[in-house]
Amino acid sequence: MSLAQENTVVLKKLLVFTVVMFGFGFALVPFYEKICEVAGVNNLLQADTLTEPVKVDTSRWLTVELDANTVGLPWQFKPMQSSVRINPGELVEVMYEVRNTTDREMVGQAIPSYSPQLLARHLKKLECFCFSKQVLKPYEVRQMPVQFMVGTEIPIDVSVMTISYTFFELKNDTADNATKAQKI
Amino acid sequence: MAAVHDDHGHAHGHDHGHDEHEHHGPPSGFMRWATTTNHKDIGTMYLWFSFTMFLTGGVMALMIRAELFQPGMQLVEPEFFNQLTSMHGLIMVFGAIMPAFVGFANWQVPLMIGAPDMAFARMNNWSFWLLPPAALLLMGSFLAPGGAPAGGWTFYPPLSVQMGMGMDMMIFAVHILGASSIMGSINIITTIINMRAPGMSLMKMPLFVWTWLITAYLLVLVMPVLAGTVTMLLTDRHFGTSFFNAAGGGDPVMFQHIFWFFGHPEVYIMILPAFGIVSEIIPTFARKPLFGYSSMVYATASIAILSCIVWAHHMFTVGMPATAQLFFMYATMLIAIPTGVKVFNWTATMWRGSMTFETPMLFSIGFIFLFTIGGFSGVICALVPVDIQVQETYYVIAHFHYVLVSGALFGIFGGTYYWLPKWTGHMYDESLGKLHFWMSFLFFNVTFFVQHFLGLAGMPRRVPDYALQFADFNMISSIGAFGFGFSQLIFLYVIVKCIRGGEKAPSKPWEGSTTLEWELPSPLPYHTWATPPVVK
Repeated sequence: MSLAQENTVVLKKLLVFTVVMFGFGFALVPFYEKICEVAGVNNLLQADTLTEPVKVDTSRWLTVELDANTVGLPWQFKPMQSSVRINPGELVEVMYEVRNTTDREMVGQAIPSYSPQLLARHLKKLECFCFSKQVLKPYEVRQMPVQFMVGTEIPIDVSVMTISYTFFELKNDTADNATKAQKI
Repeated sequence: MAAVHDDHGHAHGHDHGHDEHEHHGPPSGFMRWATTTNHKDIGTMYLWFSFTMFLTGGVMALMIRAELFQPGMQLVEPEFFNQLTSMHGLIMVFGAIMPAFVGFANWQVPLMIGAPDMAFARMNNWSFWLLPPAALLLMGSFLAPGGAPAGGWTFYPPLSVQMGMGMDMMIFAVHILGASSIMGSINIITTIINMRAPGMSLMKMPLFVWTWLITAYLLVLVMPVLAGTVTMLLTDRHFGTSFFNAAGGGDPVMFQHIFWFFGHPEVYIMILPAFGIVSEIIPTFARKPLFGYSSMVYATASIAILSCIVWAHHMFTVGMPATAQLFFMYATMLIAIPTGVKVFNWTATMWRGSMTFETPMLFSIGFIFLFTIGGFSGVICALVPVDIQVQETYYVIAHFHYVLVSGALFGIFGGTYYWLPKWTGHMYDESLGKLHFWMSFLFFNVTFFVQHFLGLAGMPRRVPDYALQFADFNMISSIGAFGFGFSQLIFLYVIVKCIRGGEKAPSKPWEGSTTLEWELPSPLPYHTWATPPVVK
């Protein structure tokens, strides 16, 4: 084989390798989702279950502030009360209200966010409107519950915390995206 | 360097290069550079391109330091400040350091392995000429509505999904730069694998060639992943996908994982060739063979392999499980072992050598000294509890400038002085070279050493203003930055002076040098090794 041919062989191998690595970048996406699923990270959109009864700690009071935001969709979204005072271990239900201000049907998905961050570990949510996509007809108003409990293990120095939801619009292939969101 | 090559290209065209193809000297003027397939011409263009980008990124750094000279907002708007920090990083990484090393590879790899040119000479020309459009696209983003990318050189979403058109220009620039890097690497790998002179086995290759072979493999491994990452970003921005968009079920943290899968090998891509250059210079000026050659090769390979499994140490605070933190912490600390082997070998090479301290040697010793400091602060940052404290502070800035400026850049300076007599046929001005070293060394430390203290005291990076207690160290750092910046004009002057004339360089200006390129005349004829040397 001449040098030029040998060079072309190496070139072809390396080009194939390059294309494979480009694909590998995309293959990291499902791989990452699988890792998160196995490790139990990132399960913001799954309901928790209570396996055993929890004893309410009546000696402590926590203030849970409720927050609501929308990004890029013309919905009015607010909690029915701005905060609740609860005991650790107490199961509470709060209501949010969302209003579609347009004359077309729209699909939205709420994503939760917690402050302080460690609240995520101690918060058990049995029911939430964020577990599924919300389809609102023109001008529809909907009240939606969140049922949650803050675990008794929450550190003693945390007495005020915030649960925040942000509604995003699901455009175009909404069904696909919503199932994807639910999967996570 | 045009003048030199024009002269000698013609002068020596008669002696060399008849054999392989008809040859009547290169065309003159711009077309010569636009159409050249000569590895020396292309290497020269890479080096000048890199130096231009180095000055551009340097001006941005000085604007950043000017704003940080005093607390309060003085010179630039905060939005523009963020554009400056982001663009400084992008330009220095993709525009200055990487092309400089590819320039060295183009010049030196064929010379050092006894090959007449690179394996794919035409593709080599394309690799270079992709760079100027990419640079224009990147710089042009300053003029786009909303300005240049301002989310840091790492362009994390959600910021990078929301930003204006400047981000799209950056994405395309990264695509082009990536294509250029991949083509360049394929060329280098093929040249090294197939075109070594008879008798030059892999374990007889000069260490610079070894480090570049491994670097080139790293590049073809991770540059396509970066291309994939920016493609996902682009489709998230414009085509309704949701890779990183939480609203559609994506995850911004995943971006960081994929980005740093590229990004961590990338930092070794920027340092391994410098290791190679220093491994050529130290034996030359210590007049002793490199201590532990084979352990150097294995250490380089181990660093490259380990660099692929440590990426998440850049993101310890995103909320990953403790097991993952521990894995990435230990894997990161493991890299200190092969790196320590290298530092030990360089020191052992100098041990009882008959050393002289010409400019390349000064830069190499400065490299070992300061890079090791950067390596130590790297081990400190690798510790999860410490990293949680210093994340996003000036401690990290100090750390990576110690490895990238006094590491990669000092390696580039040293290599330039080392090979300049061979490239131009003239000796450079030794006293100005030494002045350049001492000014760079001094002002580099003035700039960056104090940033360790700022970081430990909690000063956050990428913020144009700061609390009053940080004022003194910031002022010192800014003074150092301006001193460092202006010192680089000495470098420019020395190079231009050396190209234009000076004492005639012998074919072997450094008595301790042993590699093949020193058997060729200085300046190099336009074509070399038409008949390969035989290595015993």
